[in-house]
Amino acid sequence: MADLRSTFIGIKSPNPFWLASAPPTDKEYNVRRAFQAGWGGVVWKTLGSEGPPVVNVNGPRYGVIHGPDRRVLGINNIELITDRPLEVNLREIKSVKRDYPDRALIISLMVPCDEDSWRDILARIEDTGADGVELNFGCPHGMAERGMGSAVGQVPEYIEMVTRWVKKHSRMPCIVKLTPNISDVRKPAEAAKRGGADAVSLINTINSITSVDLDLFAPQPTIDGKGSHGGYCGPAVKPIALNMVAEIARHPETAGLPISGIGGITTWRDAAEFMALGAGNVQVCTAAMTYGFKVVQEMITGLHDYLDSHQMQLSDLIGRATPNVTDWQHLNLNYVTKAVIDQEACISCGRCYAACEDTSHQAIAMKPGRVFEVIEEECVACNLCVDVCPVEDCITMRELELGEIDTRTGLPRAGYANWTQHPNNPMARAAE
Amino acid sequence: MSQAELPPMRLAPGVVPGRLTPDQLAANFVDVAPPLDRHEARIAADRCYFCHDAPCITACPTSIDIPLFIRQISTGTPDAAAMTIFHANILGGMCARVCPTEQLCEGACVRMEAEGQPVEIGALQRYATDGLMAQDAHPFRRAAATGKRVAVVGAGPAGLAAAHRLAAKGHEVTIFEARPKPGGLNEYGIASYKAVDGFAQAEVDWLMGIGGITLRHDQALGRDITLEALQAEYDAVFLGMGLGGVNALRATGEDRTHVLDAVSFIRDLRQASDLGTLPVGRDVVVIGGGMTAVDAAVQARLLGAENVSIVYRRGQDRMGASRHEQDHATASGVRLICNAAPVAVHGNGAVTEVEFAYTVDGPGGLTLTEDRFRLKADQVFRAIGQRLDGAPSALALEGGKIAVTGPGRTTLDGVWAGGDCAAGGDDLTVTAVAEGRDAAEDIDARLTGRPVEIPG
Repeated sequence: MADLRSTFIGIKSPNPFWLASAPPTDKEYNVRRAFQAGWGGVVWKTLGSEGPPVVNVNGPRYGVIHGPDRRVLGINNIELITDRPLEVNLREIKSVKRDYPDRALIISLMVPCDEDSWRDILARIEDTGADGVELNFGCPHGMAERGMGSAVGQVPEYIEMVTRWVKKHSRMPCIVKLTPNISDVRKPAEAAKRGGADAVSLINTINSITSVDLDLFAPQPTIDGKGSHGGYCGPAVKPIALNMVAEIARHPETAGLPISGIGGITTWRDAAEFMALGAGNVQVCTAAMTYGFKVVQEMITGLHDYLDSHQMQLSDLIGRATPNVTDWQHLNLNYVTKAVIDQEACISCGRCYAACEDTSHQAIAMKPGRVFEVIEEECVACNLCVDVCPVEDCITMRELELGEIDTRTGLPRAGYANWTQHPNNPMARAAE
Repeated sequence: MSQAELPPMRLAPGVVPGRLTPDQLAANFVDVAPPLDRHEARIAADRCYFCHDAPCITACPTSIDIPLFIRQISTGTPDAAAMTIFHANILGGMCARVCPTEQLCEGACVRMEAEGQPVEIGALQRYATDGLMAQDAHPFRRAAATGKRVAVVGAGPAGLAAAHRLAAKGHEVTIFEARPKPGGLNEYGIASYKAVDGFAQAEVDWLMGIGGITLRHDQALGRDITLEALQAEYDAVFLGMGLGGVNALRATGEDRTHVLDAVSFIRDLRQASDLGTLPVGRDVVVIGGGMTAVDAAVQARLLGAENVSIVYRRGQDRMGASRHEQDHATASGVRLICNAAPVAVHGNGAVTEVEFAYTVDGPGGLTLTEDRFRLKADQVFRAIGQRLDGAPSALALEGGKIAVTGPGRTTLDGVWAGGDCAAGGDDLTVTAVAEGRDAAEDIDARLTGRPVEIPG
């Protein structure tokens, strides 16, 4: 039986599913409901310095991208850090942690970029009983204009400096939350590590305009006729987040640095994918905002069943796919596959044909009776037909045996060889 | 309803009006397939796969670009969707209501193969067309006047489709309609609950909004007008007068009182201003197996008939009515009896019983067995098909209908025909529309030398 209990940088939680610092974790009422629903941990929505709290807009603060049936694919927000007084948040954190000692409770922080501000806030949270802190270097809107959030996260030197202050003034485990709004996510991760961070969490939201109101000619969400870029999250950002997690996990300078994976995790499968690429646990927000806290129950049973069916423990999963993330130049150019259409499963929609005929390699024939067949002589195995087919597993890719003739090239399938060895590569190393 | 509330005529024998209360009648004759609202339409539209060379288009006699119009709905432009439909089928509104979609577009939908539930194409078509038709302006504009004049005989689906297309191309059209109202079977020949709120007339009014079409009613070919006169006066003639005659049962006693044509019953019901005044039997027998049989039988039930049976001489799989229609009949409390043919109508003056022989539908054709049974009946409806009566003698016929080649060309130069009166094609509204449209294109090409555009 797989055990979902998780220990992440020494912080224990009954499962690896934490709620990310975000609107759902802004106050005691929500966090208690989250714990009642089964969440293993919560990163409390970002606290700021003592004094008058920030204010939020009073118009819409979320924009959305819908898929079919208005399924939420992505949400963009222009909400700032908590707009409630620091004292109230601290009192509530203490109260919740007292009642849920087995759950992870992390406090997200964002204060001005000076040592005193960080020392002061750390002192204030010392006696809440919280398990750790997460440094919000990610928020891309509003706070960044004031020199915080992603304004820090985009400058590795600042990340390192602030992380150092935090480690100097607190003994709490420290997670640095990274912004994806940079060109190379490995640089801020390296900086966090140099500063002494115990872990990084990523990704924070992506700069975005979700849509434009074509009557108002204004970005959405629209505040009195104007809009500001917000932070994009939800299933739509998952591929971007997965890549960034993998980049950090396999980068020699940051390999081994614990990662809390964030970005569009909606199901147990998403969570497992993040963990396979190297995340020690995951944080969720949009799925909860879309469906409520109950989604964690599916994540728990799903991950449990997956691990059981593969006779794995959680620790076996973490990082298991990381070694298989490589550079393009190392991919096996002699690996040959061909699309195969299962005629029994085919519903004859012809989308594979339209996609291949119009935009790819004219490798699918449309025969009388709406029968669609792969023309192996033309098939480059691009996978587009698989991707657009509405029936799962109707089109699959068959791997050619070693020595089997690829009818497109007329050549037998050979053993492993990559671009670095390819004759067309002027930089190829000579065999001798 | 408690016994005390029963209307006095509820179970009275014979053919009487008022079997149900006005409230019951109103409830029974509501829209059989209520329109989708915006949310429902979006959900339904989401299911379309936007197939390549989509089989639903192939299955549509008017070749509406269904994936395109559904995509237009799903992207929030239902008026554009309606125009996609109307370019191919100007009676897309009625077709959305009366087409046997389960045999046409929806039957061909790949979702049937995938999960046995097609995209709701008919309902989506209605959503789009209703929305555009509810707007004030007619959406098509006429081309420059050609000075050509075309006579159209019959203001049914074929004639209306031909007239609209011809008017759009700049020709002057005169429609000669035998009945007091236009619409043909849309107005007189389909069940009331399929086209509620006077939709058939509203659709004709909307269609006529293009201009250039003059409607002359009470003008029957052979009675008030002749083909020769039309040929002499007009540059082209399109015949779309439908099938005026009704086939006989060829059973003894067929002339007894309360043995009626189903089409007459359906017509009278459609034209009745108060359904409570319509007489209907307590024990009703409908003979036939097509849509007309179902429409008559179901409506007899809805008027309050206690026992209604459809009796069809062949097996259920041979019935002209679609499975969906058959299910609608049985769900309405109509009994389906197959493999039985009428041999005698019994009674003393009025019908009291119909005698049937069981049949065997073998390789040698249909044979009646000696095995007989009788059904109690105080009203009998014949729904065994219609026939073309009084076709101009100058026209060659084929199988009792006007022989045509290609886009409705008859054997007379300058005379086209389409719809039920023309040979070939199913006797469906949508087929009639396609034939009227295609004949109009051919007429236009003949009169002007312009290329044919089909569809749209």
